[in-house]
Amino acid sequence: MGQMIRVGMADLNICRSPDAITTLGLGSCVGAVIFDPAHGIAGLAHVMLPDSTAVRNNSNIAKFADTGLAELYRRMMAAGASRVGLKAKIAGGAQMFAFNSNNDMLRVGDRNVEAVKRKLAELGIPIIAQDTGKSFGRTIEFYPQTGELLIRAVGKSVYKI
Amino acid sequence: MASVEELDQIDSTRFDVLKELGNIGAGNATTALSQMINAKVDMSIPRVELLEFKDLSDIVGGAETIVAGILLMLEGDIDGMMMFMLDRLSAHRLVSLLMGVEISEGREFSEMEISALKEIGNIIAGAYLSSLSTLTSLKIISSVPYLSIDMAGAILSVPAIEFGKVGDKALLIQSRFGEEGENAINGYFIMIPTVESYGKIMKSLGM
Repeated sequence: MGQMIRVGMADLNICRSPDAITTLGLGSCVGAVIFDPAHGIAGLAHVMLPDSTAVRNNSNIAKFADTGLAELYRRMMAAGASRVGLKAKIAGGAQMFAFNSNNDMLRVGDRNVEAVKRKLAELGIPIIAQDTGKSFGRTIEFYPQTGELLIRAVGKSVYKI
Repeated sequence: MASVEELDQIDSTRFDVLKELGNIGAGNATTALSQMINAKVDMSIPRVELLEFKDLSDIVGGAETIVAGILLMLEGDIDGMMMFMLDRLSAHRLVSLLMGVEISEGREFSEMEISALKEIGNIIAGAYLSSLSTLTSLKIISSVPYLSIDMAGAILSVPAIEFGKVGDKALLIQSRFGEEGENAINGYFIMIPTVESYGKIMKSLGM
């Protein structure tokens, strides 16, 4: 049994099988997992905002979909992952409050999901499973050994994607 | 306009001023709550903290703690968010006290109970905000209350994202309230002004 590596909000990390990687209480943020099944390496980014170029203070690159995923990819490569065969699974991007307004700021969950998808497409990494949107929080755990992404949500039994 | 760098270097006098604001706001809100449930409610000394996002949910007992969060968006002279959080058990107790019905603690909230919780949040947050507004002579307009019952981390991601646009930390004025004993109601007020509003608050008080 390996260790469980924890990734905080606006943070990223990688792990190697048999270790697993987790992030707790994803709301409008998106948890993006990139993994290399052949080498048992996986990375997880807890993305808070879609676009690093849209805000002034962008020193924490893990916070954004564009810079965070680029960094995660770089770290995976540095750890010995092979470019070919990389896959992604994503979860989160919920709308936690039922705002009755179309204010763009309040749809940040959707925008995070879109931005993560865009960046993964740009990196040429296919998304093979996703559980995004809706209105509930999620805790996710990824196991590089099996390639399974475990999702826990309030009032639901644990499910895998 | 106060910058995020300035927020990082906030001095102890300003911290004390924010604490006092939190104290007065929460004091009023606690009185409102106390009148609503017709029981004595105690309040803790507020904490004012500049927290990193990853530590945000620790204040309410961890990212996976299930809470009821009632959120109001603030506009006017003070921008930001006001959140009133109750642990799940306390939310059930509060609704049961107000509606005069026994509520089993395990089950989901009904439409009626959710509506009651929103209204409770509205009244309590309103009491908090009106005292803040009087004190600073700043206009605060709050939105209708929004409710979410979920993991604390997921609920707090909403204000955290707003702060994420301007910095890597969130300024929190937090007060905990609760009664003693078996039927305790525990919760938190979290006032989250934007960086710009923080500057306005200080200025209005002659700081």
